[in-house]
Amino acid sequence: MAQPRVVVVGAGPAGVRCAEALVAAGIRPTLIDENRRDGGQIYRRQPESFSRPYSKLYGTEAGRAAAIHSTFESLRGQIDYLPQTLVWNIEGHSLYLVKEARHITLTFDALVLCTGATDRLMPVKGWNLAGTYSLGGAQVALKSQACAIGNEVVFVGTGALLYLVAAQYQQAGARVRAVLDTAPWSARVGALPSLLAAPATLWKGLLLTLRLRSAGVPLYTGIEPLEIAGTAENGVSGISFKDSGGRVVELRCDAVALGYHLRPETQLADLARCHFYFDPSTRQWLPQVDPDGRTSVSGVYLAGDGARIRGANAAESSGRLAALAVLQDLGQAPAVDTVAALRGSLEKLHRFARGLSQAFPWPAQQAGRLSDDTVVCRCESVSVGELRQVIQQTGACESNRAKAFSRVGMGRCQGRYCGHAAAEIIAHAANVPIEQVGRLRGQAPVKPLQIAAVLSASLPASVEEAK
Amino acid sequence: MAGRFVRLAETGRRAVTLIVDGKVIRAYEGDTLLVALLTSMGHVRASEFGGGLRAGFCLMGACQDCWVWSSDGNRLRACSTVLSEGMAISTQQPEVTWPNLE
Repeated sequence: MAQPRVVVVGAGPAGVRCAEALVAAGIRPTLIDENRRDGGQIYRRQPESFSRPYSKLYGTEAGRAAAIHSTFESLRGQIDYLPQTLVWNIEGHSLYLVKEARHITLTFDALVLCTGATDRLMPVKGWNLAGTYSLGGAQVALKSQACAIGNEVVFVGTGALLYLVAAQYQQAGARVRAVLDTAPWSARVGALPSLLAAPATLWKGLLLTLRLRSAGVPLYTGIEPLEIAGTAENGVSGISFKDSGGRVVELRCDAVALGYHLRPETQLADLARCHFYFDPSTRQWLPQVDPDGRTSVSGVYLAGDGARIRGANAAESSGRLAALAVLQDLGQAPAVDTVAALRGSLEKLHRFARGLSQAFPWPAQQAGRLSDDTVVCRCESVSVGELRQVIQQTGACESNRAKAFSRVGMGRCQGRYCGHAAAEIIAHAANVPIEQVGRLRGQAPVKPLQIAAVLSASLPASVEEAK
Repeated sequence: MAGRFVRLAETGRRAVTLIVDGKVIRAYEGDTLLVALLTSMGHVRASEFGGGLRAGFCLMGACQDCWVWSSDGNRLRACSTVLSEGMAISTQQPEVTWPNLE
């Protein structure tokens, strides 16, 4: 029998560990990645002309980053690696790729999607001004380019990443004006039992907070952002917020890093027709997976943060597990004790992730309080008021219907940065439960493409049909 | 305004120049186009929807807020484009002539 074609999408910690386990079993997988270099976002590598050591780039995770990178290097000759390649559609067992404006069709027997995550955003008035960046974006600027997003940066949102990036900025010599967390202190106390599932990670998180505090960075918890101030020409000039006591505080800054934890990138799983379910604890729709990463679609597997947000260590375990599931489904019996150990470690990290979402909850309640003139869709400058008006006038209280009328989610980011907040705004305005609002369907191409690439994909097929 | 991004390290790299809207800008080898632009200016484009000047948002190829144009009219996503010496960039979308389909 010919070797089964196994395709892994994403060269972050999940994708690399998955490819490693497949290679160990004698398979030569194809590893497709959108980035120029391996490592994903968390272990993103700096360009070759940069010289900062691992300890500076990855801090306490330097060892893990180095291990992932060296594993990838050792796999190079044993995998088919396609960097700077976008998977823009899936139809059955065919993948449509574009690499340097050229179209490629690839068929698979098994597909492991390790597509990672992007920042989860809640709008704030003025977030459309130049100088506001996603928290992850602020981290990329530093990690991959040794830059701060501004002279004086305010970090706003919630989650572990908020403190991590602020601490990385402070250590790298950037001026961190303040860290503004929407989560109240009490939530952290309540989440403690779950967070103790990964005590070392919890301890690292506490140290970050202590380091920021001892560096004199003002840390606020239980805040509500009011407005990012500035002008359309010059961008951000400050931020105002309500502190936990209800007092309005204004700070001057020229950059804001904004993010409320992460959301999985699930467009490809959606195009593969995987079943999704509503997760009430994080108020979002997630693809259904079994403990090893099998989806509802035979031959399609998910691993890492693209399945659910559990962090980089879990990504490594889930990548390995998905590979073992692929092998098992292809008829190879995996080592039972390895599977059990991986499932065990993943279970612990799953509990920890639950704790994090409890300690740093998604601020759903803010959606109802956003002023009508707040921009919800940055791509096409659609305001919260326009979205609310659509709901009142048309009664559209389902995400895709509201999108058709309002264009919220139809812009070039394809709903990545407005979708979750828009769902909350719709739920609040229509007074329906959030799960009833549904989720924006993934659409091909999952990112904007040159029309020529799409045409070159459809032409050969139609020529064949014409014969 | 001058640059938006602040370089914190890695300034010992080879200097590279590029041309942005006809003006020469200095940057470093290994910079992304976005970093090369934003260390010299405050924005990379204007929103087509009346939303003011924009300077990118996600830096990881997801938001598409940092599109610029090469001198031959190709659209570039500045955050995921590696700078090359002498690159000529326009921050304004070139006029597009639609093909006559009649």
